[in-house]
Amino acid sequence: MLKKRIIPCLDIKDGRVVKGVQFLSLKDAGNPVELASFYSKNGADELVFLDISATLEKRKTLAEMVTQLAKEINIPFTVGGGIQSVEDAKLLLQSGADKVSINSAAVLNPSLITQISNEFGSQSLVVAIDIKKIGNDWFVFIKGGTESTGIPAVDWGKKVEALGAGELLVTSMNNDGSKNGFALEITNAISEAVSIPVIASGGAGNAEDFIDLFTKTEVSAGLAASIFHFNEVPIATLKNILKTQNIPIR
Amino acid sequence: MIAIVKYNAGNITSVKNAIERLGYSCIVTDEKTLLQQAEKVIFPGVGEASSAMQYLKEKGLDEVIKNLTQPVLGICLGQQLLCQFSEEGNTVCLGIFEATVKKFEPKLKVPHMGWNNIFGLDSVLYKGISKEGNFYFVHSYYAEIGKETSAICKYILPFSASMQKDNFYATQFHPEKSSSVGEQLLLNFLKL
Repeated sequence: MLKKRIIPCLDIKDGRVVKGVQFLSLKDAGNPVELASFYSKNGADELVFLDISATLEKRKTLAEMVTQLAKEINIPFTVGGGIQSVEDAKLLLQSGADKVSINSAAVLNPSLITQISNEFGSQSLVVAIDIKKIGNDWFVFIKGGTESTGIPAVDWGKKVEALGAGELLVTSMNNDGSKNGFALEITNAISEAVSIPVIASGGAGNAEDFIDLFTKTEVSAGLAASIFHFNEVPIATLKNILKTQNIPIR
Repeated sequence: MIAIVKYNAGNITSVKNAIERLGYSCIVTDEKTLLQQAEKVIFPGVGEASSAMQYLKEKGLDEVIKNLTQPVLGICLGQQLLCQFSEEGNTVCLGIFEATVKKFEPKLKVPHMGWNNIFGLDSVLYKGISKEGNFYFVHSYYAEIGKETSAICKYILPFSASMQKDNFYATQFHPEKSSSVGEQLLLNFLKL
């Protein structure tokens, strides 16, 4: 049976992990390669790296980091942040990333989805969608959640699938950082509207939130950052809890 | 020397990295003589079947690969191209395995992406690997089950997770991305 995936997300700036990752067992908690090895050995199914610096001059640093990661890591990983062209995607994929993720650029230039998908295959492209609830409806936001697009979330999911996305990473801005659980209804609605896998992101605070995610929705994966980084819920412990609920877990 | 076939398909870097992590050196090449002389050949690939086959033909690599006598390991698209025919681009493939490659009907999410377990493990490549082991898959097309099937995966329907005939071995999953379980499989191949 296909397993539900647990995915830690690491924020990267200038080739270093940021947001105060705290592992006493690590010599250098800011070293992405060391942290990635730690997570993969502890049962992470995939890793996502989001480069929050991603300026032009930093992109080379990012590619070098990806090269190092690819040498060390024996599970799949996605890299995103600041990818604006096929060339940007190509550099990261050739450096060894399994997938790239694009967010604002997909909205501002939807043809980029098709270009990357045609060039490298849809399996290499994750479209990240930041959504926010306004009234009773969910809309797509871009530029780190600062700019509304007015596009309904489900419509955008269907559109990017049609354009060639291989997977969706849906982050609820209402839930992100709240630790009150994932945005179950809308994430499930998007997943049901498309035939590609959906990763839920934003709001994970404890193991119960992942149980809800995998028993109340059909999404393929759950992504989280701080609860893993601060070792509030170690991945191995989380996976054992999910197994006791008969959720298919590796 | 281990040789990885260089052609217009992705994930070759990942395979090279995995081989080197295991302490073996390897070359990535499309030179016929280097492939023919290698102790073992790995035929990886993520991509589209018809353009990959066209590229192999243009380089004359289709005949070279078919006639290799040392152990060969096809991975993902590599396994599919070792089959008879692929529905992807209606492509005549290398024909080592008799199976046909078909597209998943989207009764569940397609691509089949993520970790899945496999059944009926029947290959020296699975030596030391638990029956509960999970492997990482990413694919929208699958090889049908046939006499060369050496393990079965179930997703939408049962299909060939791996295949084997004479010196040709192949996996639909990505051992190079399948954590320690995948490394064990690669090591078993490298030690053949």
